[in-house]
Amino acid sequence: MKNNRSIVDIVSAVKSGKESATSITETCIERIEIEDKEINSFNTIAKDQAMKAAAVVDQKIAKGEPVGPLAGVPVGVKDVLCTKGIETTCSSKILEGWVPPYDATVVEHLKAADAVIVGKTNCDEFAMGSSNENSAFGPVKNPLDTTRVPGGSSGGSAAAVAAGFVPVSLGTDTGGSVRQPASLCGVVGMKPTYGGISRYGLIAYASSFDTVGVFGNSVSETALMYDVISGSDPRDATSLPGEREQILPTLDSENVEGLRVGVIKELNGSGLEGFESEVIQQLNGSIKALTKAGAKVEEVSIPVIEACLSAYYMLVPAEASSNLARFDGVRFGLREPGGNTAEMMRASRTAGFGDEVKRRIMLGTYALSAGYYDAYYAKAQKLRALLIQELNKIYETFDVLISPTSPCVAFPFGAKSDPLSMFLVDIATIPANLAGHPGISVPFGTGANDMPVGIQILGGKFGEKKIFQAAKALEVAANE
Amino acid sequence: MNKTKTDTEVKSVLPDGWEMVIGLEVHAELATKSKMFSPARNEFGGAPNTNVHPVCLGLPGTLPVVNEKAVELSIRVGLALDCTVQRCVWSRKNYFYPDMPKDYQISQFDLPLNIDGKLGLPSGLVVGIERAHMEEDTGKSTHVGDSGRIHDAGYSLVDYNRSGVPLIEIVSRPDMHTALQAKEYVEELRSILVAIEASDGKMEEGSMRVDANVSVRPVGADELRTRCEIKNVNSLRSIVRAINFEARRHVELYESGQAPRQETRHWDEQGGGRTLPGRAKEDSDDYRYFPDPDLVPIEPSLEWIEEIRKALPILPQQVRSTLVDKGASASAAGLIVERELGPLVFAAIEHGADAKRVFTHAENNLSQGEASSLDPKNFADLIKMETGGELSATQAKTVLAEMVASGEAPEKIASVHGFEAMDSSDLEATVDKIIADSPDEWQRFCEGDPQQRGKLQGFFVGQVMKATKGQADGKAVNQLLQSKSAG
Amino acid sequence: MSEKSNSQNAGLTREDVAKVADLAMLNVSEEELDIYTPQLGSILKLAEQMESFDLDGLEPTAHPHGLVNIYRKDEIEQVDVLKEILSSAPQVEDDQFKVPPALGEEL
Repeated sequence: MKNNRSIVDIVSAVKSGKESATSITETCIERIEIEDKEINSFNTIAKDQAMKAAAVVDQKIAKGEPVGPLAGVPVGVKDVLCTKGIETTCSSKILEGWVPPYDATVVEHLKAADAVIVGKTNCDEFAMGSSNENSAFGPVKNPLDTTRVPGGSSGGSAAAVAAGFVPVSLGTDTGGSVRQPASLCGVVGMKPTYGGISRYGLIAYASSFDTVGVFGNSVSETALMYDVISGSDPRDATSLPGEREQILPTLDSENVEGLRVGVIKELNGSGLEGFESEVIQQLNGSIKALTKAGAKVEEVSIPVIEACLSAYYMLVPAEASSNLARFDGVRFGLREPGGNTAEMMRASRTAGFGDEVKRRIMLGTYALSAGYYDAYYAKAQKLRALLIQELNKIYETFDVLISPTSPCVAFPFGAKSDPLSMFLVDIATIPANLAGHPGISVPFGTGANDMPVGIQILGGKFGEKKIFQAAKALEVAANE
Repeated sequence: MNKTKTDTEVKSVLPDGWEMVIGLEVHAELATKSKMFSPARNEFGGAPNTNVHPVCLGLPGTLPVVNEKAVELSIRVGLALDCTVQRCVWSRKNYFYPDMPKDYQISQFDLPLNIDGKLGLPSGLVVGIERAHMEEDTGKSTHVGDSGRIHDAGYSLVDYNRSGVPLIEIVSRPDMHTALQAKEYVEELRSILVAIEASDGKMEEGSMRVDANVSVRPVGADELRTRCEIKNVNSLRSIVRAINFEARRHVELYESGQAPRQETRHWDEQGGGRTLPGRAKEDSDDYRYFPDPDLVPIEPSLEWIEEIRKALPILPQQVRSTLVDKGASASAAGLIVERELGPLVFAAIEHGADAKRVFTHAENNLSQGEASSLDPKNFADLIKMETGGELSATQAKTVLAEMVASGEAPEKIASVHGFEAMDSSDLEATVDKIIADSPDEWQRFCEGDPQQRGKLQGFFVGQVMKATKGQADGKAVNQLLQSKSAG
Repeated sequence: MSEKSNSQNAGLTREDVAKVADLAMLNVSEEELDIYTPQLGSILKLAEQMESFDLDGLEPTAHPHGLVNIYRKDEIEQVDVLKEILSSAPQVEDDQFKVPPALGEEL
């Protein structure tokens, strides 16, 4: 079922003239049109634009002009990222039919690398969710078992790669929304340092948590995508200044000899509850593998992790409640009639937003409201400071940290209908978003019902090189 | 209720025993090329929605980035108002309205850029400045009225040209107690903003807007009673009228056993001018301020602040106080500054001219814009000729007027006119002759009441001037007339 | 409808939820209030987790990395997307965005 054509394979075929980008794109899209009916990983297939872009690549090759490192590679882009001329909906009725007049910065980078954007992938509405069951355009199915969720919120991007529709895709990670679906779908998923990749054109969910992330079938393909889309951006005031260290060039030549790895006690099955035993088994397997490869692995305790979920669910909905205020029916998106502006705004928002979105908006509004700000919002910001302080200390003696990405493997649709039980799925991924740190999930064995398990490697600020290195070692071990 | 004819009669604005307490919030648009957070053009007028950009339209995915120039101008304002410039943070003020593209306004709440300043007014009152912070402006909506038919209901049209324009909001302490002081504050603030080139201060274009917070209290009391905010009063005249109306309204309520509600009101020019209550909701809005996560704090370096401070032009109040230090009266100082004669006056004094004479000429004989036609050294020389006795005051006035018109040196003009000083015995002889020529008038002058004397004095001085072709010194003539009529 | 104890809901009442929905410009039916209130209450209860940590003396952190002083130069950028923006607007008249009248607007 998996038809994973690698980037290296595609780019060399296109560059050498053996195959045309247009034929590769055509095949890719045809396949999506047929097989995605079941999976529902794409909201929009951008056939015309994709064929045009592919044709441009072919013309450059024909003229002997240089092409970028993603020449002719079909890519899926999560539907919360703006793509000029291609409908961008955030999987919500409130933006159905909206076509942005500009590209997100990361999309510009993809185009500059001559990638071919074939479509916009499905996701939880406004990136709010951990199972892709909250999309206004239907849930996404896990390609490995279509009775199960692919994870979320970037379920579509993960599934598209897992199903072999595209070799790489872009997602976004605010609380684990790239790493967790990667884990549930058995692909690589990477979250960068906050500010490492531009947020311009990413339709905001929680501004101080949102990052653009990457899905790939392999660590090296994921690294290449990271190298292409990362960088500072003057249009994003939160993007970190300076150059980004390139990952791919040294990925194969370096190793994890002497790498100091910390196993997070609270997430290794002996701390917080809810971790499936098979998942812990795979964690132990990954620890053995790293040790064998020369890493120095030790347990480390980070007690404050136990409060991260609560801090997260105070801060993220608060930012979201404000970010989503602009969807009011005035300038773009869905408008429902009303006798006056307030009525019109209420009617439009009520009709346009799904339940989960409304819940989080109300939660966030409450946390910010007069009388509650100190107890909820301000307190959570202090906890954030505490976490950052603790992690900074830990990264003085450790290079990377390791844990399962998710406490469980992919679960059946409807299994976690209570919002709180759904939130618990993110328990291992949330700390990295609070701290602004990078993380990567690598497939490592299987768990219950033969579903894949993902192991998460975390690093400190701009620790991308180290986490990719550790991920590479795990990948090698997993494939042995 | 009495409507006072002129508001200079402060005593009659409020009934005895009451005083007003006034605080002003002034919003000024900053004179930058582009907007606060978006690179769209910052310009008044323009066809609707032509000075816009995805960022200031709040389109999904767009992000704000701070305009450095706007921060620089805001620091200038803070320094000009003697504020402490500090590390500051951007806050989101959340509320829904069609002229708000993001349905939140980026402003500064608990950590504003400038705090704890003051503004000294020409009349002497010093008004405290609580804060001066940065924020973005909103768009403008125009209501299109309905014609009364069901299918032609009213609607609004929204133009976002103004949305995102950089604003500085200057909040005074409630240190003003009359509407005229409030007017003076606004005038002085405007002249400063214009002098430092932070804003063009054009109230008629909306680049400067005033909201007045008004309450009343018994004279001598320390308390602060319920206040009302009067929004968007758009001219200096309206400010005075609105404040007086509102204060009287409060007093009337108290005197009839009621009290004003804390609310926002609007000034309505119609019906003789009155304030009307605004939306009740405005007063209970919970703005849910929190730090804007798309923007990072501003920590202006001490070097940058010093650089801006050094580049500040001399401010009106500094000029005024220096003039007063040099012996000018407060009113002369005010006029000199108003007419932009400061640099000229200081330069002339530097050149050795007698300060008092300089001030008198500036106050009495020079108007707005004339400083540019006058060379300071020439001006100083003229005054030296006057104080040295070569020219009478009247002659000096004539010469000065010609200097302004022609740009010529005073010596040249004086010699062309044939002005020479009259020596005192010549003068006395002339006065005696005039007296002899008008015996009836002289008798009436010696015996008349002060009013008659005043009139006849003018007659005699005029005759002497005619006879001496203006060379006589008016003061000397008067002295002679007095001494001769007494003796 | 069973009454949930206050402690399970972190003190969140139906009225609180109705008020917050109003602030957020959402219409919420009575039935929805019954569903949302306990859901939101149980999430708010999570906040108790923070109690076991000593947060005194910590500065509330809005951003993870402590960046400051990020600016752009005062330059104009003309964009040519106005037509697109107006054409994807729900209602437009005279190049302006048309909306029903706002409450309390001067006529």
